Amino acid sequence: MADALSALTALNKEDVPLVFERSVPGARTDMLPPLDVPESLPDAALLRSEPPLLPELTEGEVSRHFSALERRAFGVNNGFYPLGSCTMKYNPKINEEMAALPGFADVHPLQPERTAQGCLAVIARLEGMLREISGMDAMSLQPAAGAHGEFTGVMMIKAYHERRGDGKRRTKMIIPDAAHGTNPASAAMNGYTVVTIPSDANGCVDVAALRAAVGADTAGLMLTNPNTLGLFDPNVAEITGIVHGEGGLCYYDGANLNAIMGITRPGDMGFDVVHLNLHKTFATPHGGGGPGGGAVGCKAFLSEYLPKPGVADNGGSLTFDNDTPLSVGKVRAFYGNFLVCVRALCYLLTLGREGVPQAASNAVLNANYLMRRLADPDEFAHNRACMHEFVLSMKKLKAETGVSALDLAKGLLDKGMHPPTMYFPLIVEEALMFEPTETESRATLDAAAEAFRALVKQARDNPDSLHTAPHAAPVRRPDEVRAARTPILRRET
Amino acid sequence: MSNYIPNPDAVQMDMLRAIGYSEMSELFADIPEALRVGPLDLPVGMSELGVRRAVSAMAASNTVFPTIFRGAGAYRHYIPAIVKTVVSKETFLTAYTPYQAEVSQGVLQAIFEYQSEICMLTGMAASNASAYDGASAAAEAAAMCRDRKRAHTLIAASLNPDTIATVETYSRAADAPVSMLPVQNGTLDIDALRGMIGADVSSVIVQSPNYYGLIEDWAAISEICHAAGAKLIAVCNPIALALYKTPGECGADIAVGEGQPLGMPLGFGGPYLGFMACVKGMTRQLPGRIAGLTVDADGRRCFVLTLQAREQHIRREKASSSICSNEALCALTATAYLAAMGPQGLRQTAEQCYAKAHYAASALAAAGFPIRHDAPFFNEFLTECPVDADKLARRLETEGMLGGLPVDGGILWCVTEMNTRDEIDRLAAACEEVRRHG
Repeated sequence: MADALSALTALNKEDVPLVFERSVPGARTDMLPPLDVPESLPDAALLRSEPPLLPELTEGEVSRHFSALERRAFGVNNGFYPLGSCTMKYNPKINEEMAALPGFADVHPLQPERTAQGCLAVIARLEGMLREISGMDAMSLQPAAGAHGEFTGVMMIKAYHERRGDGKRRTKMIIPDAAHGTNPASAAMNGYTVVTIPSDANGCVDVAALRAAVGADTAGLMLTNPNTLGLFDPNVAEITGIVHGEGGLCYYDGANLNAIMGITRPGDMGFDVVHLNLHKTFATPHGGGGPGGGAVGCKAFLSEYLPKPGVADNGGSLTFDNDTPLSVGKVRAFYGNFLVCVRALCYLLTLGREGVPQAASNAVLNANYLMRRLADPDEFAHNRACMHEFVLSMKKLKAETGVSALDLAKGLLDKGMHPPTMYFPLIVEEALMFEPTETESRATLDAAAEAFRALVKQARDNPDSLHTAPHAAPVRRPDEVRAARTPILRRET
Repeated sequence: MSNYIPNPDAVQMDMLRAIGYSEMSELFADIPEALRVGPLDLPVGMSELGVRRAVSAMAASNTVFPTIFRGAGAYRHYIPAIVKTVVSKETFLTAYTPYQAEVSQGVLQAIFEYQSEICMLTGMAASNASAYDGASAAAEAAAMCRDRKRAHTLIAASLNPDTIATVETYSRAADAPVSMLPVQNGTLDIDALRGMIGADVSSVIVQSPNYYGLIEDWAAISEICHAAGAKLIAVCNPIALALYKTPGECGADIAVGEGQPLGMPLGFGGPYLGFMACVKGMTRQLPGRIAGLTVDADGRRCFVLTLQAREQHIRREKASSSICSNEALCALTATAYLAAMGPQGLRQTAEQCYAKAHYAASALAAAGFPIRHDAPFFNEFLTECPVDADKLARRLETEGMLGGLPVDGGILWCVTEMNTRDEIDRLAAACEEVRRHG
């Protein structure tokens, strides 16, 4: 299927003026009826000196503007998007319709609980399903994104140690060097000193290094499993046992849960706290960078530290419970990205108990299929079955041809697909991390593999053509150095 | 049941065999048997119509109030039809963070436009691409101001309580002290601020209109802050910014707020939009994504994510924050809302909020619910409550009205452009009736 990857040709190559450059003084669309009460205005001394220089457009011009911008963007609807660690699966449309129902969208967060039982039921039901999938005893949907969940989960670990009078001496969070950058950043936001431990060649925890690092000053370990090389760490039970043996707790970064949901559970691996990414594993759309959902779950002994408020069932009627004195507190206003939670609930109701492990199995199958089709074994960062994603190292190709992982990524744009994640994890040189997800067809995977192999050949035949790629995209290699040295972050007025 | 997997079973088997396996379970060989889980205790999967029925029933069990006089951090404003059209566009909905600038110019340009509009509204020099919500934006702003010498945050007690609680949570995580500044007659007690501000104070957080809807004197407060070497974090309402002096005009160092009024539905509290903007000298302390203008290899104007040396994927434990995913689609919503409303439409919205709220305050006072504070207010105000608050709420519900929020023994009312004179008159009549007859 040659046209499986042709999305780029549809992109708008014409420059789109800034919305401000479309502005015509006096242009507007009346949105509000005339004022129906006596006019009144604040004291003049309180007023701003001049109006904000917002654009003046009729509705038709607004429509044209954003349609033009949409044609200069690329979504999962446009084509293959194997961005590793991001789980760019298809976002079902029924979920959008359900989240837009007035019975959810027009409910005020502070209306009496008895008038919002349906919303509370959404939260309670989704929490229950996520507890089952993660193997945890308690769950909160409040964190707005994965990193927010990490921040919250690490805070719970900290609160636990402090409650036990152990907070002062447990000052270190152990994090493998293959971890996402959010892990050390979230630990640091909680005042922890990050102890980085090396990974082995497969991205798995170096158990000897872990043993050497763990001690009475260990607050916990943050781990992603499958790891960021796309491999399941078979020693995980031993690893969590080592940390527990010294009194530390184990945090599970759920970024890669899509590989294992319904197959194995973080709770059964020995993790105490976990965050799940609703916008990855549970098919809610990424929205160009958010909103996400970073549900945080824990074992029973940590449940009283979950953020406020929890949902309580008082014999059939659901209420928010703020009477949790050991809670880490509020991590945001209200109760989380609720409409994202509605979408995730719809997804799980659709998949159900059979669909959840089927999604995981096919995510893993698609990744292995693509990996074997894509590259020669010496380009693998490892050479064994992967989970839902895999990492190639372009080190050898670069040495031989001068063509880098970046060049290949830009070349893939010309082939009509979104490139994989580049230069992550940091422990692999010239890394390209592919995560196809379960919602891609064999035809798309075949076409992507063919495109990639053609690029590798092109790298050998005509490397310069890749140094200057992409050639079919609306723009080519923006000057990032200039952007950072002389930042222009808003329209100059 | 659907699983959205495009490869039928037979194709899955072909694919497995093509790469040298005979069973799916072989792919999971690295997972020890002892860790495998049996069938999960989840319901059987449902068809699309089945999901539609089940979830619609949950939505139907909520009350959707035709008339709302409640705000306190979540505001019902008019959302132009075009806004919903723009944010439903499938590409905007399903794209990831714009890492690959060449195929993400539409997303990046929209962020740049958003940042520009936030700067125009707040009078600030630089904005990030969004934070999780207004409360966490305030918490992140407090973190921006802390350094080795100064880590103490002072918070006006007139802030929204969820914002206070969130700043306290983030600060506790960082082992940074927080103190509350007392309120007098509904606004920050400025003399108390003078007494409490010291060499250890990194920032002072003041919301205006504050939780009670009252206007705070940011200009006077910023002078006190700056004289003491502290920063002023101004928490603002984006609709009010169309009318009132901006944080920039008042000398604030950082402006943050809840962007939900800019085109987002109430949505039972989320997703919302934390906006964050600052003076020029603090740009490199901003957390999260920032889009910038540059040129490409062929000299064309284009946009990229920039100043990434602040961020977690580069700096790891030294990053300004761990934020990665933000509220990009909500920022797009705000951008579309501001384009659709324009400067006159936004000003008209703010003026109507003001005029209707003041009309309502008079009507409620006449009904025996006098306003508690005499400071100027925007579109929220606290009245006394001479009746049982729950009884009043239930009476208003029979009129299809969500009344004000019980706060501090009174009622915190919110009136927006969505409330008609007729609704306000009916509200006042119902309040009077409950007061007279119980």
